[in-house]
Amino acid sequence: MTDTSAPAQVPLVDYLVLGDQPHLVANQCTGCGARFFDRRNACAGCFGTEFTKVAIGTEGEVRSFTIVTFAAPGVPVPFVAAVVDCGGTSVRANIINTDPDPQHVKLGMKVRLATYSLGTDDNGTDAIGFGFEPA
Amino acid sequence: MADNVWILGITMTKFGKHPDKDVVDLGAMAAMGALADAGVTMRDMGILAAGNLMNASAGFGQQLQKQIGQTGIPVYNVANACATGATALRTVIMAIKSGEVDMGLAVGVEKLAGAGLLGGGGRGKSDAKVWSPSGRYGAVTPTDGRVGTDAMPGTFAQVGMEYGHKYGEVSFETFAKISEKNHAHSTLNPLAAYSKRFTLDEIMNDMMIAYPNTRAMCSANCDGAAAAVVVSEAKLRTLSLEQQRRAVKVSASVLTTDPYEEACQILPNVNTLTRNAARIAYEAAGVSPSDLDLVELHDCFATAELVHYDNLMLCPEGGAVEFFESGAPWRDGSTPVNVSGGLQSKGHPISATGIANIWEVCHHLRGEAGDRQIEGAKVGLAHVIGLGSACGVHILEKSGL
Repeated sequence: MTDTSAPAQVPLVDYLVLGDQPHLVANQCTGCGARFFDRRNACAGCFGTEFTKVAIGTEGEVRSFTIVTFAAPGVPVPFVAAVVDCGGTSVRANIINTDPDPQHVKLGMKVRLATYSLGTDDNGTDAIGFGFEPA
Repeated sequence: MADNVWILGITMTKFGKHPDKDVVDLGAMAAMGALADAGVTMRDMGILAAGNLMNASAGFGQQLQKQIGQTGIPVYNVANACATGATALRTVIMAIKSGEVDMGLAVGVEKLAGAGLLGGGGRGKSDAKVWSPSGRYGAVTPTDGRVGTDAMPGTFAQVGMEYGHKYGEVSFETFAKISEKNHAHSTLNPLAAYSKRFTLDEIMNDMMIAYPNTRAMCSANCDGAAAAVVVSEAKLRTLSLEQQRRAVKVSASVLTTDPYEEACQILPNVNTLTRNAARIAYEAAGVSPSDLDLVELHDCFATAELVHYDNLMLCPEGGAVEFFESGAPWRDGSTPVNVSGGLQSKGHPISATGIANIWEVCHHLRGEAGDRQIEGAKVGLAHVIGLGSACGVHILEKSGL
């Protein structure tokens, strides 16, 4: 017996929106505009408590990075950890789909959001992660 | 106007491996050493502030009292990441400034020899069998390594790389040369965990941990403790002339956290809170960066030392590479930085660090630093960062009493 329907998907984190055009969303403070990716109690900048969801641009520029070659047990290396500036909103992500070395990853390089499968669980649900790849 | 506050006695243990001693043994060695150095006893103490981050809920301060003296004084067990020692010291300083007590003891201790990588939680042997979101980000599985890095070497590597993006790229070799300096300095420090000089090639070709930080460019996990006896100026003036001569004035004691800025919850911002602490400290002390005879700053990684030249305003904004390349932070330069060898070679037993760096500065101001004495040192600054973040800055001055 083969199930031919597409497997259910779940994002790695709840601020990754899947679908035809995967993108990240932030909680934006309605008072001061500060953007946060986590569940909020209040705004760290102005202490406001009202937030709206905003979509974050999927293209950006590498503002900082490191190539991790020694990590905690169970974390595969090497990988590139980076801060990506997406139109003024900083995003924490890995740089993917390129060789993890200083010849291929550069400060200021243009990147775009990309998704990949982390594998399926016992229910057949596919977890989808994200990173940024060279644009 | 609150009374001035002075360091009356201070000590650090040898940093390194102490397999035959537990944290209470090490803390007791440092505390009893500081009391002896001060020429006072536990009976004179009005407050004890104690830090041992890896056992932060164990009541280390009371455990210590049970070994060295139970006099009924209040104990403040403090935890503030790598700024724990500075926080303990500042707690005692605040108590004295408040006028509640005239003398107190601050102790920091850690056993970290062989602890390995700090910060990354790692993952279980296999991922969850069923993806289910949890935590503030609704993550279905641990994100370390999938959404950036949680571990310290990569976090601070990005801090240094970000500086390069902002002010002009910093080469791997420049970062490595900072470690070359600190390892060279450590050869004169008998209390350092490691006191071996490394060539630039050895540093650059050592095992890469998180580019551009190789193993030799990372702080050394080790065991160690440090302690300080703090006294009010009014009380100090009742003590012996020798005690007054060896006392070191605390001209500024500042603790800050990171104010909200864009990106600060993406990559910890260790810059603004350091700059804020430095600005407050310089103003309180009436001292400018050019007055400093030596600086002990928080070089948990080579990439961190570079940015703190700038944050502590030892150079013009954006000028950290030029400052370093000029030779200024070498021990024979204009602003010697980390003449102890720094965290990369002296070692980084977390809670001890924020008192040990003050011991180093005091050692020079007292003219007791032996082979590594910075001649004629009168003013020094000690800085620590605890990620998360907390920043301690203390400015210390030679006694004029």
